[in-house]
Amino acid sequence: MRVVHYLNQFFAGLGGEEQAGAGLEERGGAVGPGKLLEQLLGADAMIVATLICGDNFAVENSPVVIADAVSRIRHARADLFVAGPCFLAGRYGMASGALCVAVQTMLGIPVITGMAMENPGVDLYRETLYIADSGDSTAKMRQALTRMAALAGKLVRGESIGLPRDEGYIPRGLIRDQFVGRTAGERLVDMVLAKVKGAPFESEMMPMTFAPIPAPPGVKDLRNAKIMLITDGGLVPKGNPDKIQGSAATRWGSYSVKDCNDLQGIDYEISHGGYDAQFVRQDPDRLVPLDVMRELEREGAIGKLHDEFISTSGLANPLSNTRRMGREMAAKAKQLGIDAIIVTST
Amino acid sequence: MQITAALPVAKMVGANRTVLGNGIVHVVGDAGLPAEKEKELRRKLVEQALRVLQASEND
Repeated sequence: MRVVHYLNQFFAGLGGEEQAGAGLEERGGAVGPGKLLEQLLGADAMIVATLICGDNFAVENSPVVIADAVSRIRHARADLFVAGPCFLAGRYGMASGALCVAVQTMLGIPVITGMAMENPGVDLYRETLYIADSGDSTAKMRQALTRMAALAGKLVRGESIGLPRDEGYIPRGLIRDQFVGRTAGERLVDMVLAKVKGAPFESEMMPMTFAPIPAPPGVKDLRNAKIMLITDGGLVPKGNPDKIQGSAATRWGSYSVKDCNDLQGIDYEISHGGYDAQFVRQDPDRLVPLDVMRELEREGAIGKLHDEFISTSGLANPLSNTRRMGREMAAKAKQLGIDAIIVTST
Repeated sequence: MQITAALPVAKMVGANRTVLGNGIVHVVGDAGLPAEKEKELRRKLVEQALRVLQASEND
């Protein structure tokens, strides 16, 4: 089994932050933690190449690094690609996740990485990848590599992967069909009884976890601030020019309200299959409060209302999709010099 | 900041500036009110939103 391993500058022994700008380089054989990884993968495994890249370089030049790495991994005729473990190192985790996804998609070989639960790479890639739970302590390198090697072995052999807690990977949030002996009602009653008695029980609903996002500082001077309205309630001009889907939308649109002080139902329609839209159709200000924003603008309470609102439909949408759209909207707002945004959600 | 009638969803995903809207079907309106009163309600919600935008984390 031919393996290519990815490391950042720190774990490859190049240096710390001062080497974070180092470009992608390739070395023959195993480097640093790769030596233990090679042992743990078993006698027939050989790390044929180690790719090394500085954390800053990898994140700032992601498309170039990915293209270069994929071509090297293809050239190495790898059967398996391993990245990390990254523990809590955020840029390392993001680069490893991006590389694994690219290799998995473009080369179709198994990939494995390892991260701590709180690594931002987890949030981005847990749905797409098996990410071994490395914990946050680099002192647990052996444990992390053992988990990664075990998962990698199963993926290479095409064996089925068990539950996250049995296999030591981070829950991907996927739902899998399974035969069970007891009906949902019976299991539910058992859980309620356990709860009443104060006995331990395990819910079958996996709450999604979201990494906390620190609040940006408050708007200092509203009277000089430029404000934008966004809605996920699916308000679009008649004819839905951007063909925004009413469910699991992949698109969003930006619509002019220049010289408009009050939205009229006759000009708009709703592309959203998740709520009774008759009231918003009658008066779109019930969703996008343009009329009062214009009043506040005239009165000088706010500096300026941006002359377009952004709209999409927030219904039954995979997170990977909504996150992308959110990032695109934020980029647009930033480019326009918007100081604050009011999002109205149905 | 986000005005929403589904506050628990906003909280769950970590939204840190929120105002409770007036119902899923008219988050900044109320079809049951006369037009003038409805606009007053909308203005109140938007003014609340503007206050939330000015707040810092410790407020």
